[in-house]
Amino acid sequence: MNGADAMVKCLVNEGVSAIFGYPGVAICPFFNSILDTDIESILVRTEQNAAHAANGLARVTGEVGVCVVTSGPGATNLITGIATAFADSIPMICISGQVESNLLGSDVFQEADITGAVESFVKFSYLIKKVEDIPRVFKEAFYIANSGRKGPVLIDVPVDIQRATLKNYVYPEEVSLRTYKPTVNGHAVQIKNVLKELEKAKRPIMCVGGGVFLSDAVEEFRAVVTKYKIPVVSTLMGIGALPTEHPLYYGMVGNNGKAYANRAMNESDLIIMVGARVADRAVSQPDLIMEKKVMVHIDVDPAEIGKNVGPTIPLVGDAKHIFGDFMKQECNCEHEDWIATLNSYKETMIFPRNPNPEYVDPAEFIRILSNKMKHDAIYVADVGQNQMWSCGYHIVRDGRFLTSGGMGTMGYAIPAAMGAKKGDMSKQVVAVCGDGSFQMSMMEFATIRQAKIPVKVIVFANNYLGLVREYQYNAYDAHYSVVDLTGNPNLEKFAEAYEMPFVRIYNMDHIEEKIEAFLKDDTTALMECMIDPMDTVK
Amino acid sequence: MQKKVFQLLVDNTSGVLSRISGLFSRRGYNIESITAGVTADPRFTRITIVASGDNDILDQIEKQVGKLVDVRDIRELKPAESVYRELCLIKVEASAEQRPAIVAVTDIFRATIVDVAPDSLIIELIGNQSKIDAFIGLLEGHKILELARTGIAGLSRGKENVIWIDE
Repeated sequence: MNGADAMVKCLVNEGVSAIFGYPGVAICPFFNSILDTDIESILVRTEQNAAHAANGLARVTGEVGVCVVTSGPGATNLITGIATAFADSIPMICISGQVESNLLGSDVFQEADITGAVESFVKFSYLIKKVEDIPRVFKEAFYIANSGRKGPVLIDVPVDIQRATLKNYVYPEEVSLRTYKPTVNGHAVQIKNVLKELEKAKRPIMCVGGGVFLSDAVEEFRAVVTKYKIPVVSTLMGIGALPTEHPLYYGMVGNNGKAYANRAMNESDLIIMVGARVADRAVSQPDLIMEKKVMVHIDVDPAEIGKNVGPTIPLVGDAKHIFGDFMKQECNCEHEDWIATLNSYKETMIFPRNPNPEYVDPAEFIRILSNKMKHDAIYVADVGQNQMWSCGYHIVRDGRFLTSGGMGTMGYAIPAAMGAKKGDMSKQVVAVCGDGSFQMSMMEFATIRQAKIPVKVIVFANNYLGLVREYQYNAYDAHYSVVDLTGNPNLEKFAEAYEMPFVRIYNMDHIEEKIEAFLKDDTTALMECMIDPMDTVK
Repeated sequence: MQKKVFQLLVDNTSGVLSRISGLFSRRGYNIESITAGVTADPRFTRITIVASGDNDILDQIEKQVGKLVDVRDIRELKPAESVYRELCLIKVEASAEQRPAIVAVTDIFRATIVDVAPDSLIIELIGNQSKIDAFIGLLEGHKILELARTGIAGLSRGKENVIWIDE
């Protein structure tokens, strides 16, 4: 057995069924060994998308996504994908080949100091220097990636280590990391204190973030919300934790959120933040919003608590455990008046759009699309106006809403949708992109075709980088600079090139039938919706 | 702006120091000094960091550093409960006439002259930061040619806060 065999065996031991990657000389021993296993290697068309695909797979399965690339440019191309996963705390293992260990640091062909380059957006990284370390490093890496506050871990393996003989392969049963012990259980006294505050509160609100998905706590979260009748708002990453049409759900907060969601936060007297960072786009003025309020902040990462706002009650722990503990408590809390007030806001604080009838209205289109999608479908939004419309109008029932939140990485949707579908082939997966973000990963239709991963892709085409154009309209007096996308490919011909069905939609006529026909069958298809170039998200 | 002295116990892995200093630079934390050296147990390195910032920042420093996978422990070394020491080497221009005055100050501070050249001296001084600052202040009027300070190393007093790792 050599190092590469050991690496592959570690993946088998971790239960990995598919990896996304791109070979090169420095990782060839690994790709040679993986042929002897049942692990499916999916060849992406650029490395960044291997990371996004692993990201999508991880988010749907709760497992650790794996991507594998070669040294130098292969590794550096992965960086945006790693940063994207780090910003959203997605568990991922990134394996990179490296030049021979005795040549490290001498600037040989395709050498890049990747552990140094990704330092600020990996949870941890390893440069393996001894073949004997492989089993331990892989065991630790998977554990670190998928525990505590999850995130990407990079393992850089010089090619000579992959070729070196390993006499004795034993995959450790347990990790022994002296220095890494994330807090899982919430402090019992603090939990009681939260319940006391909830009993006292007249206007409580729970703001839920992506952490609830990461800790697999959706069920427990819903049980707590139902038991204590707590109204809920969400961050971008928390969309879908509660079904959109749940009577206690009051929309997404923040710059691009619902007015009634922000009002609910502002007028509340108790905010319970769960698995959310109090990030700048969700709460733009944290000090202001926290005036005269009790703030409970529940997060597995103690460093997030108090980073942007000092909470009254900090509660460090895993959301799944903490919600489980909440369920064991009793609390006499009735907030009917407050809920009635919030309902009236929800009904009245709606600002009607004035869609141009000559084009597709993205808001109404997304609403209809959601209703035509399967109840447990996965909706992947890209980044830009399409994302903001998706947040605002997509209706999540039992499915998932995926998007690049913290990093806002354009081009995320297609590879992430591909990874999500690979993670659960039984699910319907729909990606929604803009014509800008689409072109950042449209090469992946080759992967989708080759690996037989059917996804539905919808492009909102307005011939602009719409969100930037909208910003330039507001902030630079409509002085548009470098946002015109003239030169875009003809998507009908593009679809023909990849031999997939295509439909272009110009307006809302017969929209329901068109969406139904598009969604029919579990096959890859491309839809282009013509959007008014001047349409806005606000 | 406040100053705090943090004591860290970290795994003696390659790259640990760059991980810690990288964290300070990318998050914009101020580092006044950093010293590192292996402990009695060669698996660990002890690092003493003097950082400055407002209370929120100092609190974040403690949490963000504590979060690093190879950091075993971080805690504040409070002045009243700790001992800090710094080593300072000062090369001073000293002609035969100037020498007695410098030697006098050196004696008062229990510093040591460790090198003598025809027109210069190197003085070694160990102490806490304020002692060293005071000494440098007293050398005013003499030309300091070169100065090297190690930054402080610190330990807490007594046995209570000692971390034993047996595994």
